Amino acid sequence: MEFASFLLKRALWSLLVLFGLSIIIFAIARGIPGDPARISLGPAATPEQVQLLRDRLGLDRPLIEQFGLFVGGLMQGDLGRSLLTERSVTADIRDTFAATFELVLVTITVALVCGAPMGVAAATWRNRWPDHVVQFVSIFSAVTPTFLKALLLQILAGYVLHILPTTGRLPAGMDFSADLTGMLLIDSVLRGRPDVFFEAIRHLLLPVIALSLASMGQIARITRASMIDVAGQDYIEANRAFGVPEHVRVFKYALRPSFVPPLTILGLQFSALIGNAFVVELIFAWPGMAAYGVRAILQKDLNAVMGVVMVSGVFFVIVNLVIDILVGYVDPRVRIRGRR
Amino acid sequence: MAHLSELAAEPQRLSNAYQNWYRFSRNPSAVIGTAIVIICILTAIFAPLITPYPEHVGAVVNFRERHLPPSADYWFGTDNVGRDIFTRVVFGMRISLLLALVVLATAVPVGTVLGLLAGYYGGWVEIVIMRFTDIALAIPGLVMVMAVAAVLSPDLLTSMIAIAALWWTWHARLIYSITRQTRVQDYIEAAETLGASKFHILFREILPNCVSALAVKTSLDAGFVILIGSTLSFLGLGIQPPTPDLGTMVASGAAFLPSYWWESVLPGCAILFVSLGFNLLGDGLRDMFDVEDVR
Repeated sequence: MEFASFLLKRALWSLLVLFGLSIIIFAIARGIPGDPARISLGPAATPEQVQLLRDRLGLDRPLIEQFGLFVGGLMQGDLGRSLLTERSVTADIRDTFAATFELVLVTITVALVCGAPMGVAAATWRNRWPDHVVQFVSIFSAVTPTFLKALLLQILAGYVLHILPTTGRLPAGMDFSADLTGMLLIDSVLRGRPDVFFEAIRHLLLPVIALSLASMGQIARITRASMIDVAGQDYIEANRAFGVPEHVRVFKYALRPSFVPPLTILGLQFSALIGNAFVVELIFAWPGMAAYGVRAILQKDLNAVMGVVMVSGVFFVIVNLVIDILVGYVDPRVRIRGRR
Repeated sequence: MAHLSELAAEPQRLSNAYQNWYRFSRNPSAVIGTAIVIICILTAIFAPLITPYPEHVGAVVNFRERHLPPSADYWFGTDNVGRDIFTRVVFGMRISLLLALVVLATAVPVGTVLGLLAGYYGGWVEIVIMRFTDIALAIPGLVMVMAVAAVLSPDLLTSMIAIAALWWTWHARLIYSITRQTRVQDYIEAAETLGASKFHILFREILPNCVSALAVKTSLDAGFVILIGSTLSFLGLGIQPPTPDLGTMVASGAAFLPSYWWESVLPGCAILFVSLGFNLLGDGLRDMFDVEDVR
């Protein structure tokens, strides 16, 4: 019962955040100085063209009505038309989202699966060489711009070693369309195509390394701090005094509470991750939503920009909701105290 | 923090500054970080004096010397129109530091004041400020900054506005949580009973408790603001050429990979260097002040 009311509260809060997000996006798109239609069309457009676009975007209606239309459209999954592709933004994003989703999902998994053990190792061998290596990696991964990591990986693996592909999701000419989920790893398994699966992994490797390093370092760092903190708690001391063996102490009692801070950090990290996905997709020519978003931003395709920001925001809010629920599951104190 | 201030009670007061300095100088990350930050700031200030070819900052073209590898004449090599990359990196450092300075000089005071108000007054002031902060934090920052930079015309000022508009929320949240803890302390109650003005309580009694956390956060942030700024310009949404900007230089050099690697890799390393400096400094300050929850 207590867990159910916790879930409900978190879900309602997420809805409120999404509403706030739509207000902010609308304010950015409409509140800016200048005429959005004029901005989209550029200085060369005739007044007639501008007026035509103003009519199409509904810019002459009262602001509150425009906002109503925008939110109404959002509810039905209608994000307007893209000026660039002349298609509906929803369709454009639907076509590109799966590639981004796959990239981000694999990245998070890698960051967690590598980062958490790194943190545990650093805490276990504190101030010895594993600790120093982990600290070094986590600092450098945090301060290196993602685009530099991506470029260096591309030089190293693509031009020097010639072992990994540096662009795209599949080799040119490979005959496979991901028409089930859009995610190559899943679709290739469902369709029974191990060759596609293997190629998809090869293509994922570099972008995932470039994107996951920063989060991995942060997770390792927080896990380490949190393990050390928990290890100093009274109940662990009491365990030691009672002669509970070390592996039971670490794996049964210390590990679970230690994972709460890294999980929480993952939620915040995810914001940077989506942003950096834009850079990584651009560099590795990954045909995802972020690449579409960068193009839309550079071409001032307002509807597409609003759509991409909104979808990124929704994605972020949902991931954080899931993480909050996980944290609430792992740590009962959170359920009672409420939000973190 | 509480136990620290108890330790540093009256009898030890004189040696307090010395104690801090001692702990600071024994902390390798703090010392290295400070050294890097000082080097960056000095090179940025004296850029025209220390660079070999200050005239290469603008739209100079020297095709005979294009794509030269690093050498004694051109420490970082030359770019696709024959300009000295070292000179442009030093001037680019100037822009990056200026960006961090302006963003933090706007965002930190705004965030601090709002955090103080929300934490001290509570009630609807708290609800309005903190709920707005939560919503703003629930938006992927870089994506939002890109959208703002795109809608306005991309240049240095736009980048500053876009980043500052989001950045204050982190400081508001930090100061809010410290203020909440401080507000219930006895000496605040004592000051209230004595009839001290709200202004005095907020800025003379509560704010000093936030200074160490604020210093750590601001130092770490300077590195991240520079990273975000360079990402913006890498995507073509920030400072426009021919103004030398580190992110823009990496982007334009990337077209000549892998043969002319120095054109993109060395400016990229300069970004890494600055942001490493601020991060180490922040980490060192955190160890020194013993503040834990600041990231």
